[in-house]
Amino acid sequence: MNKQVKILINGIIRENPIFVLLLGMCPTLATTSSAINGMSMGLATMFVLICSNAVISLLKNVIPDMVRIPAFIVVIATFVTIVEMMMNAYVPALADSLGIFIPLIVVNCIVLGRAEAFASKNSVLSSIFDGVGIGLGFTLALTLLGASRELLGTGKIFSQTLYPEQFGSLLFVLAPGAFIVLGYLIALFNRIQHKQA
Amino acid sequence: MEYIGIIIVAIFVNNVVLSQFLGICPFLGVSKKVDTAIGMGLAVTFVLTIATIVTFLLQKGILEPFNLQYLQTISFILVIAALVQMVEIILKKISPSLYQALGVFLPLITTNCVILGVALLVIQKEFSLLQSVVYAVATAIGYAMALIIFSSIREQLALTKVPKAIQGIPVALITAGIMAMAFMGFSGIDQVFK
Repeated sequence: MNKQVKILINGIIRENPIFVLLLGMCPTLATTSSAINGMSMGLATMFVLICSNAVISLLKNVIPDMVRIPAFIVVIATFVTIVEMMMNAYVPALADSLGIFIPLIVVNCIVLGRAEAFASKNSVLSSIFDGVGIGLGFTLALTLLGASRELLGTGKIFSQTLYPEQFGSLLFVLAPGAFIVLGYLIALFNRIQHKQA
Repeated sequence: MEYIGIIIVAIFVNNVVLSQFLGICPFLGVSKKVDTAIGMGLAVTFVLTIATIVTFLLQKGILEPFNLQYLQTISFILVIAALVQMVEIILKKISPSLYQALGVFLPLITTNCVILGVALLVIQKEFSLLQSVVYAVATAIGYAMALIIFSSIREQLALTKVPKAIQGIPVALITAGIMAMAFMGFSGIDQVFK
């Protein structure tokens, strides 16, 4: 069990997909205009990641090496389609605001990256834990980025007002803010890691 | 006039990278040198145009008549993956030096969200085939332009002294942010074409 916990922690901190591995930048920047959007994108990706990791590690001995990448993509695309249909059915407003980035989970490098680097070599249980760990790391990073942008832009976090809106700078909710806030967050993460080392 | 509108909007107002956030990974990955940026820009232009035509025909010819829209994501990504493989094989034969320069990033075009993103967007926007092609080419030009400008800035940046914590990716992201701010100046220009 200890090993699984290690895998979990590894995904959240040491191999955090956003701050350390720098993967999956497109949804990170595009869907974090508010904390709630960031979090839901993170959770949707996490669901796909856990399911695809589990299925791929089950199928790892069946899939021939030559066609493994297309096979992985088909598995991932299946789960993405499930997420897309579920979100359209139950949370249409949220599905609208995330828009095209839900089907684009297919081409998120994190999901394919974990399938190739982890799930195709490890047991089912480890793969599921890896999915949860990386998924949580991704969700936390997206929520943090979304919350920072929402706070700087509108003075709110999760729609809870912390200071009046007119003191916020709309720039942070718009496109340039995404790049700038993420840049500084990664810098902060680097700085903390260097201090520890 | 309508087509000029689509072109201007796709290149400047809604630039793929700087305002729609598609294709950020290669944008950060291959932008250290201007040469590779140009190569990547060309590769994306080529693949994007063909992929948009093929996926558009797939959608209108097969998926819609047979009510198979739910297979959209899966079928599009498979077609794109096959296309990229083809481009890779052709490029390897025709121009080995360019193939060497692009290295690992060519297979990564498959997971470049610009391709799938544009394929899905033209369906969503209900464009005709000609409009879709114009939109795809303009988007690709916008992508290549952003990539080349960004890589020239980064070449300069490599020679500048930057605080240790923001070296590399952080400073690149902040630069991209400032570029996005500059591109925001174009917003509103599309009103002229309506």
